[in-house]
Amino acid sequence: MGGAKPDGPLKLAVPRGALLGGTLDVLDAVGVDTSAARSESRSLIFPGERITLVTMRPSDVPTYVEAGAADLGITGKDVLLEQSDRVVYELLDLGYGRCRMVLAGRQGDESLGESQRRLGMMRIATKYPRIAERHFESTGRQVETIEVKGSIELAPLVGLADGIVDLVATGRTLKENDLEVREEIVECSARFVANRVAHKLRATEIDELTAKLREATGG
Amino acid sequence: MIHPIPPGTRDILPEEMRELRSLHGALIDVFEQRGYGEVATPAIEYDEVLARGDGRTASSAYRFFDERGDLLALRSDMTVPIARLVASRFAGAKPPLRFSYLANAFRAVRPQRGQMREFAQAGVELIGAPAPAGTVEVVEVLEATLDAAGLERAVIGLGDADLFRHLLTELGVEGESRNTILGRLAAHDLVGLEVELSRAGIAAAQVDTCVALSQLRGGREVLEQARAIGGEAVERATARIGETVAALEQRGVAGRVQVDLGLLRDLGYYSGAILEVYDPAIGHVLGGGGRYDELLRRFGVDLPAAGFALYLERVHVAQMEESRRGGGS
Repeated sequence: MGGAKPDGPLKLAVPRGALLGGTLDVLDAVGVDTSAARSESRSLIFPGERITLVTMRPSDVPTYVEAGAADLGITGKDVLLEQSDRVVYELLDLGYGRCRMVLAGRQGDESLGESQRRLGMMRIATKYPRIAERHFESTGRQVETIEVKGSIELAPLVGLADGIVDLVATGRTLKENDLEVREEIVECSARFVANRVAHKLRATEIDELTAKLREATGG
Repeated sequence: MIHPIPPGTRDILPEEMRELRSLHGALIDVFEQRGYGEVATPAIEYDEVLARGDGRTASSAYRFFDERGDLLALRSDMTVPIARLVASRFAGAKPPLRFSYLANAFRAVRPQRGQMREFAQAGVELIGAPAPAGTVEVVEVLEATLDAAGLERAVIGLGDADLFRHLLTELGVEGESRNTILGRLAAHDLVGLEVELSRAGIAAAQVDTCVALSQLRGGREVLEQARAIGGEAVERATARIGETVAALEQRGVAGRVQVDLGLLRDLGYYSGAILEVYDPAIGHVLGGGGRYDELLRRFGVDLPAAGFALYLERVHVAQMEESRRGGGS
Protein backbone atom coordinates (compact mmCIF):
# COMPACT_ATOMS: atom_id res chain seq x y z
CA MET A 1 0.00 0.00 0.00
CA GLY A 2 0.82 3.57 -0.41
CA GLY A 3 3.24 5.62 -2.33
CA ALA A 4 5.01 5.89 -5.61
CA LYS A 5 8.75 6.02 -5.81
CA PRO A 6 9.46 9.47 -7.23
CA ASP A 7 13.09 10.23 -7.77
CA GLY A 8 15.62 12.97 -7.29
CA PRO A 9 15.78 15.92 -4.94
CA LEU A 10 12.71 18.07 -4.33
CA LYS A 11 12.74 21.25 -6.41
CA LEU A 12 12.05 24.37 -4.36
CA ALA A 13 11.19 27.66 -6.11
CA VAL A 14 12.94 30.50 -4.29
CA PRO A 15 11.82 34.11 -4.85
CA ARG A 16 14.46 36.62 -5.89
CA GLY A 17 14.06 40.23 -4.71
CA ALA A 18 12.80 41.41 -1.32
CA LEU A 19 11.98 37.93 -0.01
CA LEU A 20 15.32 36.35 -0.98
CA GLY A 21 17.26 37.18 2.19
CA GLY A 22 14.56 35.98 4.58
CA THR A 23 14.00 32.85 2.49
CA LEU A 24 17.67 31.85 2.49
CA ASP A 25 17.89 32.48 6.25
CA VAL A 26 14.92 30.21 6.91
CA LEU A 27 16.34 27.55 4.62
CA ASP A 28 19.66 27.71 6.49
CA ALA A 29 17.76 27.28 9.74
CA VAL A 30 16.22 24.02 8.51
CA GLY A 31 19.52 22.67 7.23
CA VAL A 32 19.28 23.38 3.50
CA ASP A 33 22.61 24.40 2.01
CA THR A 34 22.20 27.90 0.57
CA SER A 35 25.87 28.86 0.14
CA ALA A 36 25.75 28.47 -3.64
CA ALA A 37 22.57 30.56 -3.89
CA ARG A 38 24.16 33.24 -1.73
CA SER A 39 27.22 33.52 -3.95
CA GLU A 40 27.33 36.05 -6.73
CA SER A 41 26.68 33.32 -9.26
CA ARG A 42 24.35 34.05 -12.15
CA SER A 43 23.01 30.52 -12.12
CA LEU A 44 19.31 30.05 -11.64
CA ILE A 45 19.46 26.47 -10.40
CA PHE A 46 21.43 25.30 -7.35
CA PRO A 47 21.40 21.52 -7.08
CA GLY A 48 21.43 19.92 -3.65
CA GLU A 49 21.33 16.37 -2.40
CA ARG A 50 17.78 16.47 -1.04
CA ILE A 51 16.57 19.87 -2.20
CA THR A 52 17.43 21.75 -5.38
CA LEU A 53 16.88 25.50 -5.26
CA VAL A 54 15.44 27.19 -8.34
CA THR A 55 15.45 30.98 -8.21
CA MET A 56 12.87 33.11 -10.01
CA ARG A 57 10.69 36.19 -9.76
CA PRO A 58 8.21 35.89 -6.88
CA SER A 59 5.28 36.25 -9.28
CA ASP A 60 6.50 33.25 -11.29
CA VAL A 61 6.54 30.90 -8.29
CA PRO A 62 2.84 29.87 -8.50
CA THR A 63 3.24 29.21 -12.23
CA TYR A 64 6.16 26.82 -11.78
CA VAL A 65 4.67 25.11 -8.74
CA GLU A 66 1.24 24.65 -10.30
CA ALA A 67 2.76 22.95 -13.34
CA GLY A 68 4.99 20.75 -11.20
CA ALA A 69 8.17 22.25 -12.70
CA ALA A 70 8.93 22.99 -9.03
CA ASP A 71 7.58 20.69 -6.30
CA LEU A 72 7.59 23.40 -3.65
CA GLY A 73 7.90 27.17 -3.53
CA ILE A 74 8.07 30.24 -1.37
CA THR A 75 6.38 33.48 -2.38
CA GLY A 76 4.38 36.38 -0.98
CA LYS A 77 0.70 36.12 -0.09
CA ASP A 78 0.16 39.15 -2.35
CA VAL A 79 1.30 37.02 -5.32
CA LEU A 80 -0.96 34.12 -4.28
CA LEU A 81 -3.96 36.43 -3.89
CA GLU A 82 -3.36 38.10 -7.22
CA GLN A 83 -3.03 34.68 -8.88
CA SER A 84 -5.71 32.98 -6.80
CA ASP A 85 -6.82 30.88 -9.75
CA ARG A 86 -3.54 28.97 -9.70
CA VAL A 87 -3.92 25.62 -8.01
CA VAL A 88 -1.14 25.39 -5.43
CA TYR A 89 -1.38 24.13 -1.86
CA GLU A 90 -0.62 26.82 0.70
CA LEU A 91 1.00 24.92 3.55
CA LEU A 92 2.51 27.49 5.89
CA ASP A 93 2.74 31.16 6.79
CA LEU A 94 6.47 31.71 7.14
CA GLY A 95 5.97 35.04 8.91
CA TYR A 96 8.74 37.09 7.32
CA GLY A 97 8.35 39.62 4.53
CA ARG A 98 5.37 41.04 6.39
CA CYS A 99 3.66 43.97 4.69
CA ARG A 100 0.22 45.39 4.04
CA MET A 101 -1.82 45.77 0.89
CA VAL A 102 -3.37 49.22 1.18
CA LEU A 103 -5.42 51.84 -0.59
CA ALA A 104 -3.50 55.12 -0.55
CA GLY A 105 -4.24 58.63 -1.75
CA ARG A 106 -2.53 62.02 -1.75
CA GLN A 107 -2.10 63.62 1.66
CA GLY A 108 -4.83 66.12 2.42
CA ASP A 109 -6.32 65.57 -1.00
CA GLU A 110 -9.95 64.52 -1.16
CA SER A 111 -10.09 63.43 -4.79
CA LEU A 112 -10.71 59.81 -3.75
CA GLY A 113 -13.85 60.70 -1.81
CA GLU A 114 -14.72 63.43 -4.26
CA SER A 115 -14.70 61.11 -7.26
CA GLN A 116 -16.64 58.51 -5.34
CA ARG A 117 -19.32 61.08 -4.43
CA ARG A 118 -19.56 62.99 -7.65
CA LEU A 119 -18.93 60.28 -10.23
CA GLY A 120 -19.77 57.23 -8.10
CA MET A 121 -16.50 55.83 -9.30
CA MET A 122 -12.80 55.95 -8.46
CA ARG A 123 -9.78 55.49 -10.67
CA ILE A 124 -7.22 53.25 -8.98
CA ALA A 125 -3.73 52.54 -10.26
CA THR A 126 -2.21 49.24 -9.17
CA LYS A 127 0.07 46.31 -9.92
CA TYR A 128 -2.58 44.10 -8.32
CA PRO A 129 -5.74 44.61 -10.40
CA ARG A 130 -7.49 41.47 -9.17
CA ILE A 131 -6.90 42.13 -5.47
CA ALA A 132 -8.05 45.73 -6.00
CA GLU A 133 -11.18 44.73 -7.93
CA ARG A 134 -12.14 42.10 -5.37
CA HIS A 135 -11.67 44.58 -2.51
CA PHE A 136 -13.85 47.28 -4.04
CA GLU A 137 -16.43 44.83 -5.26
CA SER A 138 -16.78 43.30 -1.80
CA THR A 139 -17.15 46.78 -0.26
CA GLY A 140 -19.74 47.79 -2.82
CA ARG A 141 -17.81 50.47 -4.67
CA GLN A 142 -17.19 50.87 -8.35
CA VAL A 143 -13.69 51.50 -9.56
CA GLU A 144 -11.77 51.72 -12.75
CA THR A 145 -8.52 49.85 -12.15
CA ILE A 146 -5.56 50.98 -14.19
CA GLU A 147 -2.77 48.42 -14.33
CA VAL A 148 0.71 49.94 -14.23
CA LYS A 149 4.02 48.11 -14.02
CA GLY A 150 6.48 50.63 -12.59
CA SER A 151 6.37 53.09 -9.68
CA ILE A 152 2.72 53.19 -8.72
CA GLU A 153 3.25 56.32 -6.57
CA LEU A 154 3.54 58.36 -9.73
CA ALA A 155 -0.04 57.74 -10.86
CA PRO A 156 -1.97 59.96 -8.37
CA LEU A 157 0.72 62.64 -8.47
CA VAL A 158 0.26 63.33 -12.16
CA GLY A 159 -3.46 62.68 -12.26
CA LEU A 160 -3.57 59.24 -13.86
CA ALA A 161 -5.57 57.95 -10.89
CA ASP A 162 -7.33 59.14 -7.73
CA GLY A 163 -5.51 56.60 -5.60
CA ILE A 164 -3.39 53.49 -5.62
CA VAL A 165 -3.58 49.95 -4.27
CA ASP A 166 -0.11 48.77 -3.39
CA LEU A 167 2.05 46.79 -1.01
CA VAL A 168 3.52 48.80 1.86
CA ALA A 169 6.25 47.59 4.21
CA THR A 170 7.47 50.67 6.11
CA GLY A 171 5.37 53.34 4.42
CA ARG A 172 8.43 55.40 3.61
CA THR A 173 7.94 55.42 -0.13
CA LEU A 174 4.38 56.64 0.35
CA LYS A 175 5.48 59.44 2.67
CA GLU A 176 8.24 60.55 0.34
CA ASN A 177 5.65 60.95 -2.38
CA ASP A 178 3.12 62.76 -0.18
CA LEU A 179 0.79 59.79 -0.11
CA GLU A 180 -1.01 58.34 2.89
CA VAL A 181 -2.76 55.07 3.73
CA ARG A 182 -6.56 55.35 3.56
CA GLU A 183 -7.62 51.72 3.96
CA GLU A 184 -5.92 48.48 4.81
CA ILE A 185 -6.93 45.64 2.50
CA VAL A 186 -5.01 42.60 3.66
CA GLU A 187 -1.82 41.64 5.46
CA CYS A 188 0.74 39.69 3.48
CA SER A 189 3.81 37.60 4.32
CA ALA A 190 5.90 34.84 2.80
CA ARG A 191 4.07 31.54 2.28
CA PHE A 192 5.28 28.01 1.70
CA VAL A 193 3.39 26.34 -1.18
CA ALA A 194 3.40 22.90 -2.79
CA ASN A 195 2.42 21.32 -6.07
CA ARG A 196 -0.72 19.25 -5.71
CA VAL A 197 0.73 16.02 -7.06
CA ALA A 198 4.07 16.37 -5.24
CA HIS A 199 2.16 16.95 -1.99
CA LYS A 200 0.50 13.57 -2.45
CA LEU A 201 3.37 11.54 -3.85
CA ARG A 202 6.21 12.85 -1.72
CA ALA A 203 4.20 13.25 1.45
CA THR A 204 6.85 12.17 3.94
CA GLU A 205 9.59 14.47 2.64
CA ILE A 206 7.24 17.42 2.32
CA ASP A 207 5.64 16.94 5.74
CA GLU A 208 9.08 16.71 7.31
CA LEU A 209 10.23 19.94 5.66
CA THR A 210 6.96 21.69 6.56
CA ALA A 211 7.35 20.70 10.21
CA LYS A 212 10.93 21.99 10.29
CA LEU A 213 9.91 25.25 8.65
CA ARG A 214 7.05 25.65 11.09
CA GLU A 215 9.46 25.21 13.97
CA ALA A 216 12.06 27.56 12.50
CA THR A 217 9.54 30.33 11.89
CA GLY A 218 7.73 29.83 15.18
CA GLY A 219 4.42 29.23 13.35
CA MET B 1 -3.22 31.85 -44.62
CA ILE B 2 -3.76 31.36 -40.88
CA HIS B 3 -7.30 30.77 -39.68
CA PRO B 4 -7.31 30.74 -35.89
CA ILE B 5 -9.01 28.27 -33.55
CA PRO B 6 -10.15 29.24 -30.04
CA PRO B 7 -7.54 29.04 -27.27
CA GLY B 8 -7.84 25.77 -25.39
CA THR B 9 -8.76 23.77 -28.48
CA ARG B 10 -6.39 21.99 -30.81
CA ASP B 11 -5.92 19.96 -33.96
CA ILE B 12 -4.49 16.49 -33.61
CA LEU B 13 -2.15 15.40 -36.39
CA PRO B 14 -1.65 11.85 -37.66
CA GLU B 15 1.40 10.91 -35.61
CA GLU B 16 -0.21 11.81 -32.28
CA MET B 17 -3.55 10.44 -33.45
CA ARG B 18 -1.99 7.03 -34.04
CA GLU B 19 -0.59 7.00 -30.51
CA LEU B 20 -3.88 8.17 -29.04
CA ARG B 21 -5.77 5.52 -31.01
CA SER B 22 -3.57 2.80 -29.62
CA LEU B 23 -4.07 4.16 -26.09
CA HIS B 24 -7.84 4.33 -26.72
CA GLY B 25 -7.77 0.73 -27.87
CA ALA B 26 -5.90 -0.46 -24.81
CA LEU B 27 -8.30 1.29 -22.44
CA ILE B 28 -11.47 0.20 -24.17
CA ASP B 29 -10.17 -3.40 -24.17
CA VAL B 30 -9.87 -3.24 -20.37
CA PHE B 31 -13.36 -1.77 -20.04
CA GLU B 32 -15.00 -4.29 -22.37
CA GLN B 33 -13.21 -7.28 -20.80
CA ARG B 34 -14.69 -6.28 -17.47
CA GLY B 35 -18.18 -5.92 -18.83
CA TYR B 36 -18.30 -2.15 -19.21
CA GLY B 37 -19.97 -1.65 -22.60
CA GLU B 38 -19.00 1.55 -24.38
CA VAL B 39 -21.69 4.19 -24.83
CA ALA B 40 -21.83 7.55 -26.58
CA THR B 41 -24.15 10.42 -25.75
CA PRO B 42 -24.65 13.76 -27.50
CA ALA B 43 -22.13 16.50 -26.74
CA ILE B 44 -25.06 18.94 -26.61
CA GLU B 45 -27.89 18.43 -24.13
CA TYR B 46 -30.72 20.48 -22.68
CA ASP B 47 -29.26 22.78 -20.05
CA GLU B 48 -32.08 21.94 -17.68
CA VAL B 49 -31.19 18.24 -17.77
CA LEU B 50 -27.46 18.74 -17.16
CA ALA B 51 -28.17 21.26 -14.39
CA ARG B 52 -30.34 18.69 -12.63
CA GLY B 53 -27.30 16.47 -12.16
CA ASP B 54 -24.88 19.07 -11.01
CA GLY B 55 -25.15 20.64 -7.56
CA ARG B 56 -23.32 23.76 -8.62
CA THR B 57 -25.03 26.84 -9.99
CA ALA B 58 -24.08 26.49 -13.66
CA SER B 59 -24.19 23.19 -15.48
CA SER B 60 -21.87 24.18 -18.26
CA ALA B 61 -19.58 26.94 -19.41
CA TYR B 62 -21.10 26.85 -22.90
CA ARG B 63 -24.80 27.49 -23.21
CA PHE B 64 -26.74 28.69 -26.20
CA PHE B 65 -30.22 28.77 -27.71
CA ASP B 66 -31.35 26.47 -30.48
CA GLU B 67 -33.65 27.45 -33.35
CA ARG B 68 -36.72 27.00 -31.12
CA GLY B 69 -35.33 29.09 -28.30
CA ASP B 70 -34.51 26.14 -26.01
CA LEU B 71 -31.42 26.50 -23.87
CA LEU B 72 -28.75 23.95 -24.77
CA ALA B 73 -25.42 23.24 -23.10
CA LEU B 74 -22.17 21.45 -23.89
CA ARG B 75 -21.48 18.67 -21.38
CA SER B 76 -18.69 19.25 -18.87
CA ASP B 77 -18.27 15.57 -18.05
CA MET B 78 -19.84 12.19 -18.89
CA THR B 79 -21.16 11.22 -15.48
CA VAL B 80 -24.26 13.40 -15.65
CA PRO B 81 -25.17 12.41 -19.25
CA ILE B 82 -24.83 8.72 -18.32
CA ALA B 83 -27.05 9.24 -15.26
CA ARG B 84 -29.60 10.76 -17.63
CA LEU B 85 -29.18 7.85 -20.05
CA VAL B 86 -29.66 5.26 -17.31
CA ALA B 87 -32.80 6.97 -16.05
CA SER B 88 -34.40 7.22 -19.47
CA ARG B 89 -33.25 3.99 -21.15
CA PHE B 90 -32.48 1.49 -18.37
CA ALA B 91 -34.97 2.45 -15.67
CA GLY B 92 -36.34 -1.09 -15.37
CA ALA B 93 -33.08 -2.96 -16.00
CA LYS B 94 -31.66 -5.23 -13.35
CA PRO B 95 -28.66 -3.60 -11.66
CA PRO B 96 -25.73 -3.44 -11.57
CA LEU B 97 -25.26 -1.67 -14.90
CA ARG B 98 -21.80 -1.12 -16.33
CA PHE B 99 -20.91 1.49 -18.91
CA SER B 100 -17.68 2.93 -20.27
CA TYR B 101 -16.96 5.89 -22.51
CA LEU B 102 -14.32 7.75 -24.34
CA ALA B 103 -15.63 11.17 -25.12
CA ASN B 104 -14.85 14.86 -25.32
CA ALA B 105 -16.14 17.24 -22.69
CA PHE B 106 -15.95 21.03 -22.38
CA ARG B 107 -14.98 23.42 -19.62
CA ALA B 108 -14.28 27.11 -19.28
CA VAL B 109 -10.62 28.06 -19.29
CA ARG B 110 -8.78 30.96 -17.82
CA PRO B 111 -6.70 32.81 -20.38
CA GLN B 112 -3.00 32.03 -20.81
CA ARG B 113 -3.02 29.02 -18.56
CA GLY B 114 -2.54 26.23 -21.06
CA GLN B 115 -5.88 24.74 -19.99
CA MET B 116 -7.97 22.84 -22.47
CA ARG B 117 -11.47 24.00 -23.34
CA GLU B 118 -12.20 20.70 -25.05
CA PHE B 119 -10.63 17.54 -23.65
CA ALA B 120 -11.02 13.78 -23.99
CA GLN B 121 -12.01 11.64 -21.03
CA ALA B 122 -12.00 7.86 -20.68
CA GLY B 123 -13.88 6.31 -17.82
CA VAL B 124 -16.46 3.93 -16.43
CA GLU B 125 -19.71 4.17 -14.49
CA LEU B 126 -20.89 1.34 -12.25
CA ILE B 127 -24.54 1.84 -11.38
CA GLY B 128 -26.46 -0.10 -8.77
CA ALA B 129 -23.49 -1.49 -6.84
CA PRO B 130 -23.24 -0.05 -3.32
CA ALA B 131 -20.14 0.54 -1.21
CA PRO B 132 -17.83 -1.08 -0.47
CA ALA B 133 -18.08 -3.78 -3.18
CA GLY B 134 -18.94 -1.27 -5.92
CA THR B 135 -16.10 1.05 -4.92
CA VAL B 136 -13.67 -1.86 -4.87
CA GLU B 137 -14.71 -2.93 -8.35
CA VAL B 138 -14.20 0.60 -9.69
CA VAL B 139 -10.74 0.84 -8.11
CA GLU B 140 -9.88 -2.54 -9.59
CA VAL B 141 -10.89 -1.42 -13.08
CA LEU B 142 -8.93 1.81 -12.57
CA GLU B 143 -5.83 -0.19 -11.61
CA ALA B 144 -6.15 -2.36 -14.70
CA THR B 145 -6.63 0.77 -16.82
CA LEU B 146 -3.45 2.37 -15.45
CA ASP B 147 -1.56 -0.88 -16.07
CA ALA B 148 -2.85 -0.99 -19.64
CA ALA B 149 -1.62 2.59 -20.14
CA GLY B 150 1.83 1.59 -18.87
CA LEU B 151 1.65 3.83 -15.80
CA GLU B 152 3.17 1.46 -13.30
CA ARG B 153 4.13 4.22 -10.90
CA ALA B 154 0.70 5.87 -10.84
CA VAL B 155 -0.96 6.27 -7.44
CA ILE B 156 -4.67 6.27 -6.59
CA GLY B 157 -5.64 8.56 -3.71
CA LEU B 158 -8.65 7.27 -1.74
CA GLY B 159 -10.56 9.62 0.54
CA ASP B 160 -14.05 10.34 1.81
CA ALA B 161 -16.14 13.21 0.45
CA ASP B 162 -18.31 13.43 3.57
CA LEU B 163 -15.57 13.58 6.18
CA PHE B 164 -15.25 17.34 6.51
CA ARG B 165 -18.94 18.02 5.86
CA HIS B 166 -19.83 15.76 8.78
CA LEU B 167 -16.97 17.06 10.90
CA LEU B 168 -18.14 20.65 10.48
CA THR B 169 -21.69 19.64 11.40
CA GLU B 170 -20.28 17.92 14.48
CA LEU B 171 -18.43 21.12 15.38
CA GLY B 172 -21.60 23.11 14.84
CA VAL B 173 -20.32 25.17 11.91
CA GLU B 174 -23.20 26.14 9.64
CA GLY B 175 -24.11 28.62 6.96
CA GLU B 176 -21.64 30.83 5.17
CA SER B 177 -18.56 30.08 7.25
CA ARG B 178 -19.12 26.38 6.54
CA ASN B 179 -18.91 27.02 2.80
CA THR B 180 -15.88 29.26 3.23
CA ILE B 181 -14.11 26.56 5.24
CA LEU B 182 -14.95 23.83 2.70
CA GLY B 183 -13.68 26.19 0.00
CA ARG B 184 -10.35 26.64 1.83
CA LEU B 185 -10.10 22.88 2.23
CA ALA B 186 -10.82 22.23 -1.43
CA ALA B 187 -8.17 24.80 -2.38
CA HIS B 188 -5.89 23.29 0.25
CA ASP B 189 -5.13 26.73 1.67
CA LEU B 190 -4.06 25.62 5.16
CA VAL B 191 -3.20 29.11 6.36
CA GLY B 192 -6.64 30.38 5.36
CA LEU B 193 -8.26 27.24 6.76
CA GLU B 194 -6.81 27.93 10.18
CA VAL B 195 -7.95 31.54 10.05
CA GLU B 196 -11.51 30.64 8.99
CA LEU B 197 -11.88 27.84 11.54
CA SER B 198 -10.81 30.19 14.34
CA ARG B 199 -13.15 32.84 13.00
CA ALA B 200 -16.01 30.32 13.13
CA GLY B 201 -15.41 30.12 16.87
CA ILE B 202 -13.72 26.73 16.99
CA ALA B 203 -11.29 26.07 19.85
CA ALA B 204 -7.59 26.18 19.00
CA ALA B 205 -7.04 22.49 19.72
CA GLN B 206 -9.83 21.50 17.35
CA VAL B 207 -8.52 23.85 14.68
CA ASP B 208 -5.18 22.03 14.84
CA THR B 209 -7.02 18.72 14.64
CA CYS B 210 -8.87 19.73 11.48
CA VAL B 211 -5.69 20.96 9.81
CA ALA B 212 -3.76 17.85 10.86
CA LEU B 213 -6.56 15.64 9.56
CA SER B 214 -6.42 17.25 6.14
CA GLN B 215 -2.70 16.40 5.98
CA LEU B 216 -3.08 12.69 6.71
CA ARG B 217 -2.14 10.71 3.64
CA GLY B 218 -0.16 7.54 3.12
CA GLY B 219 -0.55 3.86 3.91
CA ARG B 220 -3.15 2.19 6.06
CA GLU B 221 -1.49 3.54 9.20
CA VAL B 222 -3.01 7.00 8.59
CA LEU B 223 -6.42 5.51 9.43
CA GLU B 224 -5.10 4.70 12.90
CA GLN B 225 -3.61 8.18 13.22
CA ALA B 226 -6.97 9.67 12.24
CA ARG B 227 -8.89 7.45 14.62
CA ALA B 228 -6.70 8.69 17.46
CA ILE B 229 -8.17 12.13 16.75
CA GLY B 230 -11.61 10.75 17.51
CA GLY B 231 -15.11 12.04 16.87
CA GLU B 232 -18.05 10.54 15.07
CA ALA B 233 -17.33 12.01 11.63
CA VAL B 234 -13.75 10.74 11.67
CA GLU B 235 -14.90 7.36 12.98
CA ARG B 236 -17.45 7.02 10.20
CA ALA B 237 -15.08 8.10 7.41
CA THR B 238 -12.15 5.98 8.58
CA ALA B 239 -14.41 2.96 9.02
CA ARG B 240 -15.68 3.43 5.48
CA ILE B 241 -12.22 3.87 3.99
CA GLY B 242 -10.87 1.00 6.10
CA GLU B 243 -13.59 -1.30 4.80
CA THR B 244 -12.74 -0.41 1.21
CA VAL B 245 -9.00 -0.83 1.80
CA ALA B 246 -9.50 -4.20 3.49
CA ALA B 247 -11.57 -5.42 0.55
CA LEU B 248 -8.96 -4.13 -1.91
CA GLU B 249 -6.21 -5.91 0.02
CA GLN B 250 -8.18 -9.09 0.01
CA ARG B 251 -8.38 -8.93 -3.77
CA GLY B 252 -4.69 -8.05 -3.95
CA VAL B 253 -5.24 -4.72 -5.66
CA ALA B 254 -4.37 -2.25 -2.89
CA GLY B 255 -0.80 -1.78 -4.12
CA ARG B 256 -1.28 1.64 -5.71
CA VAL B 257 -3.80 2.99 -3.26
CA GLN B 258 -2.86 5.84 -0.94
CA VAL B 259 -5.30 6.71 1.81
CA ASP B 260 -5.84 10.47 1.82
CA LEU B 261 -8.10 12.14 4.35
CA GLY B 262 -7.47 15.58 2.85
CA LEU B 263 -8.97 14.64 -0.49
CA LEU B 264 -11.87 16.82 -1.64
CA ARG B 265 -13.14 16.96 -5.18
CA ASP B 266 -14.84 20.11 -6.31
CA LEU B 267 -17.65 18.49 -8.28
CA GLY B 268 -21.01 18.87 -6.59
CA TYR B 269 -22.28 15.28 -6.75
CA TYR B 270 -19.78 13.20 -4.78
CA SER B 271 -20.64 11.40 -1.57
CA GLY B 272 -18.65 8.71 0.23
CA ALA B 273 -15.45 7.39 -1.35
CA ILE B 274 -13.54 9.72 -3.66
CA LEU B 275 -10.57 8.94 -5.87
CA GLU B 276 -7.78 10.91 -7.47
CA VAL B 277 -5.03 9.65 -9.77
CA TYR B 278 -1.43 10.89 -9.91
CA ASP B 279 1.72 9.91 -11.74
CA PRO B 280 5.15 11.11 -10.62
CA ALA B 281 6.02 11.96 -14.24
CA ILE B 282 3.59 14.89 -14.46
CA GLY B 283 2.55 17.68 -12.12
CA HIS B 284 -1.17 17.57 -12.89
CA VAL B 285 -3.84 15.21 -11.61
CA LEU B 286 -4.54 12.48 -14.20
CA GLY B 287 -8.16 12.04 -13.26
CA GLY B 288 -10.46 11.05 -10.48
CA GLY B 289 -13.80 9.73 -9.46
CA GLY B 290 -15.63 8.20 -6.57
CA ARG B 291 -19.14 7.50 -5.37
CA TYR B 292 -22.20 9.59 -6.17
CA ASP B 293 -24.97 7.69 -4.49
CA GLU B 294 -27.39 10.62 -4.66
CA LEU B 295 -26.91 11.59 -8.31
CA LEU B 296 -29.24 9.03 -9.92
CA ARG B 297 -32.03 9.96 -7.54
CA ARG B 298 -32.03 13.45 -9.04
CA PHE B 299 -33.02 11.71 -12.27
CA GLY B 300 -35.68 9.61 -10.58
CA VAL B 301 -33.77 6.34 -10.23
CA ASP B 302 -32.69 5.48 -6.72
CA LEU B 303 -29.46 3.58 -7.35
CA PRO B 304 -26.02 3.96 -5.77
CA ALA B 305 -23.23 4.58 -8.26
CA ALA B 306 -19.49 5.02 -8.62
CA GLY B 307 -17.03 5.65 -11.42
CA PHE B 308 -13.86 7.30 -12.59
CA ALA B 309 -12.67 9.44 -15.49
CA LEU B 310 -9.12 9.93 -16.75
CA TYR B 311 -7.97 12.89 -18.80
CA LEU B 312 -6.79 11.09 -21.90
CA GLU B 313 -4.28 13.70 -23.08
CA ARG B 314 -2.62 13.78 -19.66
CA VAL B 315 -2.48 9.99 -19.52
CA HIS B 316 -0.85 10.09 -22.95
CA VAL B 317 1.77 12.61 -21.81
CA ALA B 318 2.47 10.57 -18.66
CA GLN B 319 2.74 7.42 -20.78
CA MET B 320 5.32 9.11 -23.03
CA GLU B 321 7.28 10.37 -20.01
CA GLU B 322 7.23 7.00 -18.31
CA SER B 323 8.34 5.11 -21.40
CA ARG B 324 11.14 7.63 -21.96
CA ARG B 325 12.21 7.16 -18.36
CA GLY B 326 12.04 3.37 -18.67
CA GLY B 327 13.99 3.41 -21.91
CA GLY B 328 16.62 5.81 -20.58
CA SER B 329 17.55 4.05 -17.37
